Amino acid sequence: MKYSSQMAAKPYFIFALILLAGEILFGLLMAIQYLYGDFLFPLIPFNVLRMVHTNLLIVLLLFGFMGATYYLIPEETETELWSPKLAIVTFWVFAAAGVATILGYLFVPYAELTELTFNNLLPTMGREFLEQPLPTKLGIVLVVVSYILNVIMTVLKGRKTVITTVLITGLVGLAVFFLFAFYVPDNLILDKFLWWFTVHLWVEATWELILGAILAFVLIKVTGVDREHIDKWLYLIIAMTMLSGILGTGHHFFYMGAPEYWLWIGSIASAVEPLPFFLMILFAYTMTRERKIQHGNKIALTWAKGTAVMAFLGAGVWGFIHTLAPVNMFTHGTQLTAAHGHLSFYGAYIMIIFTMVSYAMPILRGRPQGNSQKAQNLELASFWMMNIGMMGLTLALSAAGIVQIMDQRVGTELIGFMESQESIAGIYMIRAGFGLLVFVGLITYFASFFVKEEAGQTVGYNA
Amino acid sequence: MTERITKSMAKNIYYGGGTFALLIFIALAFDTVHQIPHRSNEVNMTPSVVAGKKLWEDNNCVGCHTIVGEGAYYAPELMNVFQRRGASDEGAFKSYMQGWMAAQPLDTPNRRKMPQFNLTNEEVDNLSDFLIWTSKVNANDWPPTIEG
Repeated sequence: MKYSSQMAAKPYFIFALILLAGEILFGLLMAIQYLYGDFLFPLIPFNVLRMVHTNLLIVLLLFGFMGATYYLIPEETETELWSPKLAIVTFWVFAAAGVATILGYLFVPYAELTELTFNNLLPTMGREFLEQPLPTKLGIVLVVVSYILNVIMTVLKGRKTVITTVLITGLVGLAVFFLFAFYVPDNLILDKFLWWFTVHLWVEATWELILGAILAFVLIKVTGVDREHIDKWLYLIIAMTMLSGILGTGHHFFYMGAPEYWLWIGSIASAVEPLPFFLMILFAYTMTRERKIQHGNKIALTWAKGTAVMAFLGAGVWGFIHTLAPVNMFTHGTQLTAAHGHLSFYGAYIMIIFTMVSYAMPILRGRPQGNSQKAQNLELASFWMMNIGMMGLTLALSAAGIVQIMDQRVGTELIGFMESQESIAGIYMIRAGFGLLVFVGLITYFASFFVKEEAGQTVGYNA
Repeated sequence: MTERITKSMAKNIYYGGGTFALLIFIALAFDTVHQIPHRSNEVNMTPSVVAGKKLWEDNNCVGCHTIVGEGAYYAPELMNVFQRRGASDEGAFKSYMQGWMAAQPLDTPNRRKMPQFNLTNEEVDNLSDFLIWTSKVNANDWPPTIEG
């Protein structure tokens, strides 16, 4: 660790991982309720489980991004963080708000929660992923603004690099597009249209800038490749991201009340969306091949390559499967969307956080060349368990989606939703099994933190 | 291929391309916002429809159902529930909705459960009006079948 203020990253990383455990746990509960409708009902109805599951994901990713930023910004700018104290204060504010919100979801009926949290003053609740009560939304704004302020002030007094510029662009975009969460028009269709400005332009534009910046940082550190070379790749990747991702928003506007021209624009732009992810694979593997140093933390590089591959599969391939308008006519609103959502969020965003944590945590714990070989081996096992688990549950959800389409939307002998869901029960069982594997993988990952360091350790696993 | 591209070329593609895409997006977004009132028959958006939408949000219905294809996949699509359960007849649909909402949760063992939301008759009518209005939105011929 070169700068003491990088330590601010540590609580963010730890809390993000705890929230991830919660997210997966609630995912498993949902997987069981999918099969046994009486499970946990009426104690925790499905909508509450889902809200906790998806909101934990969003919050943990924000914690992860913040941790990653606080770690990398001092090294990039070659100066201490503008205010490490602010970083710690916002950590506690955000953590308290996050926990209070989740407890609110679990213990107060949602309609009552809307009343208790002044939703009538400015209605913002009850929309997918943006279910947070008004005070939480305002809290997010406060935390994100102070976080961006901290980053910008640090960059202003230090070295400016391509990575810091891209990161700040991503963060400012994140903040700007969140503002659409505060406007809920009475017209459902207009509401949906603008809702995507937050949801899509977060995950398929601004967050990809953050992802690119973090990935570039880790690759510089573990491969020792010349920064000029890395910068070029980073620009190319995010150029393709912007070209495809912004107009790619159109793939959400096919069948929700928006005009016909989106059928063409959305299809064409999003057909290009796999490209930046493919470049990301080339990037990670090329940098690995051309590496100038043999870093002892090999598992960090494994995670970096894994991020590129799984993001390409989840966001690129699984996105492309249903992104062309004539196909989307049949896939819109089925489990295929859920399949894509799961693998893309995991591959792109959860994995980049694992990458960063795996690189930075050992350094923050006084192990500049990474954890012991034994710990890295255990972490590698968790890497495979989680990847295979996520891949398996994605395939299961895809199969479920295809059956759903055949049952409800193709041919003449159609059956209804509930009947179709019953016919998919076996596949949902397989999904739950792979979900359990992901959870075991995460526990294994946690265990790798507690492997005792031996004296005179040898570093790196035998890949 | 990447050897022939320099860093400054890549940088220009990013800034130029990004700005280009953003400008087109903004222009089309304005046009869409302009067209939505017509495509969604905003003139028919009565206070009851608006109240129904508010109930839809306050009870987090989208946490289980999809509407116009968006939401959760635990329970049926509701954009065309008016055609499916009400045979496109407003009176029939409204009385169906009153019965359905009052009967929740159904006591079929291990069937997925819909909670009892304790809505008044008027509120259920608001919800029905909201769903009837939604069913008439021009969504480019989606959903493909009555089963949604």
